[in-house]
Amino acid sequence: MPSFARSLSLGVAICFGSAAALTAPAHAWEPTHPIEIVVPAGTGGGADQMARAVQGIVTKHKLSKQSVVVINKSGGAGGEGFLDVKNSKGDAHKLIITLSNLFTTPLATGIPFNWKDLTPVAMMALDEFILWVNADEPYKTAKDYIAAIKAGPDGKFKMGGTGSKQEDQIITVALEKVTGKKMTYIPYKGGGTVAVQLVGNHINSSVNNPIEAVAHWRAGKLRPLCVFDSKRLDYHDKIAGNMSWNDIPTCKSQGIDVEYLMLRGFFMPPGVSKDEVAYYVDLMKKVRETPEWKKLMNDGAFNQTFMSGDQFVKWVADAEKLHEGLMKSAGFLAKK
Amino acid sequence: MLQDIANLFHGFAVVAQPFNFLLMVVGIVLGVIVGVLPGLGGANGIAILLPLTFSMSPTSAIIMLSCIYWGALFGGAITSILFNIPGEPWSVATTFDGYPMGQKGKAGEALTAAFTSSFVGALFAVIVITLVAPLVANFALRFGPPEIFSVYFLAFCSFVGLSKEPPFKTIASMMLGFGLGAVGLDQVTGQLRMTFGFPEMLNGFDFLIAVIGLFGIGEILLTMEEGLSFRGTAAKLNPKVVFQTWKILPKFWLLSLRSCLIGCWMGISPAGATPASFMSYGIAKRISKRGHLFGTGEIEGVVAPETAAHAAGTSALLPMISLGVPGSPTAAVLLGGLLIWGLQPGPLLFVEQKDFVWGLIASMYMGNIVGLLIVLTCVPLFASILKIPFSVIAPIIMVFCAIGAYTVHNNTFDVVMMVVFGIAGYFMKKTNYPLAPMVLAIVLGDKAEEAFRQSLLASQGSLSVFWSNGLVSTIMTLGLIALFWSQIQSGWNRLRAAHKGLRPAE
Repeated sequence: MPSFARSLSLGVAICFGSAAALTAPAHAWEPTHPIEIVVPAGTGGGADQMARAVQGIVTKHKLSKQSVVVINKSGGAGGEGFLDVKNSKGDAHKLIITLSNLFTTPLATGIPFNWKDLTPVAMMALDEFILWVNADEPYKTAKDYIAAIKAGPDGKFKMGGTGSKQEDQIITVALEKVTGKKMTYIPYKGGGTVAVQLVGNHINSSVNNPIEAVAHWRAGKLRPLCVFDSKRLDYHDKIAGNMSWNDIPTCKSQGIDVEYLMLRGFFMPPGVSKDEVAYYVDLMKKVRETPEWKKLMNDGAFNQTFMSGDQFVKWVADAEKLHEGLMKSAGFLAKK
Repeated sequence: MLQDIANLFHGFAVVAQPFNFLLMVVGIVLGVIVGVLPGLGGANGIAILLPLTFSMSPTSAIIMLSCIYWGALFGGAITSILFNIPGEPWSVATTFDGYPMGQKGKAGEALTAAFTSSFVGALFAVIVITLVAPLVANFALRFGPPEIFSVYFLAFCSFVGLSKEPPFKTIASMMLGFGLGAVGLDQVTGQLRMTFGFPEMLNGFDFLIAVIGLFGIGEILLTMEEGLSFRGTAAKLNPKVVFQTWKILPKFWLLSLRSCLIGCWMGISPAGATPASFMSYGIAKRISKRGHLFGTGEIEGVVAPETAAHAAGTSALLPMISLGVPGSPTAAVLLGGLLIWGLQPGPLLFVEQKDFVWGLIASMYMGNIVGLLIVLTCVPLFASILKIPFSVIAPIIMVFCAIGAYTVHNNTFDVVMMVVFGIAGYFMKKTNYPLAPMVLAIVLGDKAEEAFRQSLLASQGSLSVFWSNGLVSTIMTLGLIALFWSQIQSGWNRLRAAHKGLRPAE
């Protein structure tokens, strides 16, 4: 089936290719066969959704003469995907979309990989994290909840999250530092499951991304307490009752000095040329201009920071240091 | 309620539009193809075709994609019966009796039974969804880790001890399955297990690879040894086979009803279609009068798993729509689609997107009816595939198996593993080690382990969590009864015999 699709699009590409030769080339380099986006996570998750949205946007608006193929390589907390791209040296038709496992997977499992093995392309957005509780709980604010945790014994409060030794658990450990009390962290496979487990009262709180929990918030089943960002979210549409994303206070204002944002960005294999990177930076800029992309950002209340080039490299390097520090103090580093 | 029925008819009107109807037929046909190719599967098929639907309206798109899903559910049974290769995980239990039936020259009957039961199961589940959707959705919320573990426990227990092979071989086979299932990332600690530093092992051993190898390749090796011919060549091409089989099927109404209930329940409590099919097969084998003949080509052994798998597969869409939690991998991809079309799955979808939800439900009814018609008309055609000489068909099967194994993770190493599993399967069959317990352990082992460890994390290590409320205690107790069923039965018989013995013979 995929090979059929590929040969079909190849045929289309040849037609378009001859037409393009007549007009002036807009780029120093253009892809000559389908572009592959590797998703280092399973189908249906946040990274997968974003990759497929990019695929849909590129196809619908004909932003590239080549089609886009999305491939999930989720083995070993995404390690499989990263190693695949690392080993595709010089392949300019391959991109990988990242989440925080870009840092956490090699640190926690010790697989031979570092982001410096890849070529950074662009940051598309940053995903926010929000502290949620069940709407039936008495805690109206983050302060109430923190006070309840402090008053209880160690391990009384159960925090659900996606995966183990990844972003959700890192935030949980940071919360434990604030409260001085241990929480019982329960890892689940996906963020959607975590939100439902919270609705079903099987856990006490979660740090779900906005898009994972918004449906339950709107249905009045979950309550957002605070957002782990330096400022409030810049989305003012009424979402649940008369609340908008903007009405959620920052955790810092609630006495929880924890900030965490997750990278949603693209990388390429090592050894690709500047022109090749420039092509994809430009492609992603075009993707960001489309109404579909804006809707996705709006629905998921993303932080819409865009970066490329040296600025992006510096951001990634800082983020790596941050993760190393957080994971070291949490005792999550793999034994060497 | 009346409002709902009006909505449903509105949904039918949406689906019956010529363009949507065309999409439905295209979806079913694509789905059957996807289901037939082992390894490609509904989830991958939908993921590949998802971009095609971005330019359609959400309702048209979901009609087409869900029809691919129905088609794949139907298609999974075809290769199970003809070649002993389950196209989908939930078709594994169908091979146990479906393949022997095909070998006896009854492939047509087996296919008809499989398709018809699939339809019955799906229809039952859709009716359940239509009538009690909101109620049922809330039921799923009660499933935390202990409840989910108890469901897997019940699935294991109702299947264990069924095998005619010596119990130690069964246990050995199952433990090997657990071992293979544990390779890869440990979800609870985030550590790699048993990968021995090989990047190829990061993904663990996917269930589909194991099944394609153990069943498909293993079977071909066995057939080669036995003289290069399918035993099914005696099958007569009989266009009336569908109607003849339909005459027998109503006899199994009780079995169907039970399988439907098992399926719906497993689909909604998000355990999914695969455990449902195993559980239904296991229970049918115990309860049926002809249970001792199961595994030799009994039609009941095809009806039970197929009905349950489809009831589960269909009802698995309910938690997806109403809670945003996919009950199956395919549902997970559909869920991604919903978000791209700007629909927010969740409790409010039923209120805010009536057209969409009722269009989807109407397409479940129509899609299954159209699907049944399409596959049933092809039964004689499918059955006649067995008439093709083995030397022609075997290489084709091998190629499809290899493609299927590659597609699961786009990984060449998996193709090598498939061959390894094939050789292992051959030797296991030769030495009478049963394959089914191993497969069951690979497919459910890591999920059961995860739920077990999540439960223990939450309970601070106390096992009492599995008897902490009515729901979980009931399921666990049912599991224990299923596990010791044969002991209970023989004890009961002895009691009765003793009781009779007290009376003088008349």
